[in-house]
Amino acid sequence: MKRALQELSRGIIKENPTFVLVLGLCPTLAVSVSLINGLGMGMAATFVLVGSNIIISLIRNYIPARIRIPCYIVVIATFVTITELLMKAYSPALNRALGIYVPLIVVNCIVLGRAEAYASKETAFNSFLDGIGMGAGFTLALLLISGIRELLGAGRLFGYSLVKGFDPVLVLSMPPGALLVIGLLLGFFNLLKDRRTEK
Amino acid sequence: MSDKFTVSISPHIHKGDSVSKIMWAVSLSLLPAGLAGVFIFGQAALKTIALSIASALLAEWIIQLSTARKVTLLDGSAFLTGLLLSYNLPAGVPFWLPIAGSFFAIAVGKQVFGGLGQNIFNPALVGRVFLMASWPKYMTVFSRPFSYDAVTCATPLALLKEGKSLDIASAASYMDLLFGKRGGCIGEVCIIALLLGAAFLLWKGYISWHIPFSYIATVGLFTYILGPQGLFRGDGIFHILSGGLVLGAFFMATDYVTSPLTRKGQVIFGIGCGLLTAVIRLWGGYPEGVSYAILMMNAAVPLIDRYTKSRIYGTR
Repeated sequence: MKRALQELSRGIIKENPTFVLVLGLCPTLAVSVSLINGLGMGMAATFVLVGSNIIISLIRNYIPARIRIPCYIVVIATFVTITELLMKAYSPALNRALGIYVPLIVVNCIVLGRAEAYASKETAFNSFLDGIGMGAGFTLALLLISGIRELLGAGRLFGYSLVKGFDPVLVLSMPPGALLVIGLLLGFFNLLKDRRTEK
Repeated sequence: MSDKFTVSISPHIHKGDSVSKIMWAVSLSLLPAGLAGVFIFGQAALKTIALSIASALLAEWIIQLSTARKVTLLDGSAFLTGLLLSYNLPAGVPFWLPIAGSFFAIAVGKQVFGGLGQNIFNPALVGRVFLMASWPKYMTVFSRPFSYDAVTCATPLALLKEGKSLDIASAASYMDLLFGKRGGCIGEVCIIALLLGAAFLLWKGYISWHIPFSYIATVGLFTYILGPQGLFRGDGIFHILSGGLVLGAFFMATDYVTSPLTRKGQVIFGIGCGLLTAVIRLWGGYPEGVSYAILMMNAAVPLIDRYTKSRIYGTR
């Protein structure tokens, strides 16, 4: 039970995919303009991560080592296709907002990285927990970044404007803003980590 | 005898200059341009300059306190950053704009990299570009010279960019441009005052001619050859005298931290700045490109330094 909890929580803080492993930055930079986009992207990636982790873990003993990456890609692409079709059917607006970054989950470093580094070696149940944890970590990081960017860059949260007469910091909702926010947050978390190890 | 004979490692001869002495000297050399700016645009300019400097100092103090580093308010670098930032702002901006700009310049432009001497980009320009990208509607409204109220006008370069013929743009004559009778940022308009300060710095040896002259000459030559009026018919002098070129070339491109170390590298740096400025002015989306040009070349400085390393004496 303790082990299970560990598998679950590891992805959220200790090995956070965005701020510690620094994986999957491309979608993070691109979609973190608003909380809705961040949440949508996080959920979609989590679904793919959990699904592909379980399947790859189940078939790990049948995949020839030489062609394992193409095999992972086929499994991941299947789940991405499911996600994309579902998204198109039930929330076309979100699908339009995320655009090319939904199909691009196929080559998301987090998904592929977990398949290679974890699911191909562990049991299906542990891989399932790892997928949930990593997905949650990714989603939380996206929510943090997109929350800051939407609040300061557009003066809104989840599309609702908060303060009247606030001149938003436009640059934060533009591409440079994504790099700035992610860089500063990365630095901040590294600072916290350094402080902790010093003690 | 023994107390006169000190054994120490090099350097053995010291000029007596220090970082803070140079910072204060540069600030002093910017004084005439500031006075001219206040004279031309009135009280609003003074308010903007004061707010910018005060908030730059405050930002430096807060960050150095909160990160438990030595507080170095009096070394003049934060003062100079605030001063330079305000010179790059229009006179009539809302009061919070210079404050936001100074905080960003000090925090993200300098302290995030580890403080003075570690920053890749010129902090004052980082602040200006941040403001330009975030609140363009305030950054492009320039007050009319000598009107002292809310009357606004476009800068000569903006008129040129809007496709007005050069006749209208040069409704400001060379003389007007030289003395600063035109729309523009506080510190950039009065060329004479800027040159006075630059002469002081050159005389004291705090800056060398390499960056500013190669920069200005490149802009003049490039706009003369490829100006909109046709080959070899462009108005190079107009381009030299307008915008923030003189301010940028003498006071911001020459920043010790963010410019190349060798003379050869400095000339390459100046030419690069000049080319980028001219390209942005002639074909870019913005009317003025000095700040972007200097920032882009700042990013290239490590590379320039690597390829212009001087030969170590005694090696091949």
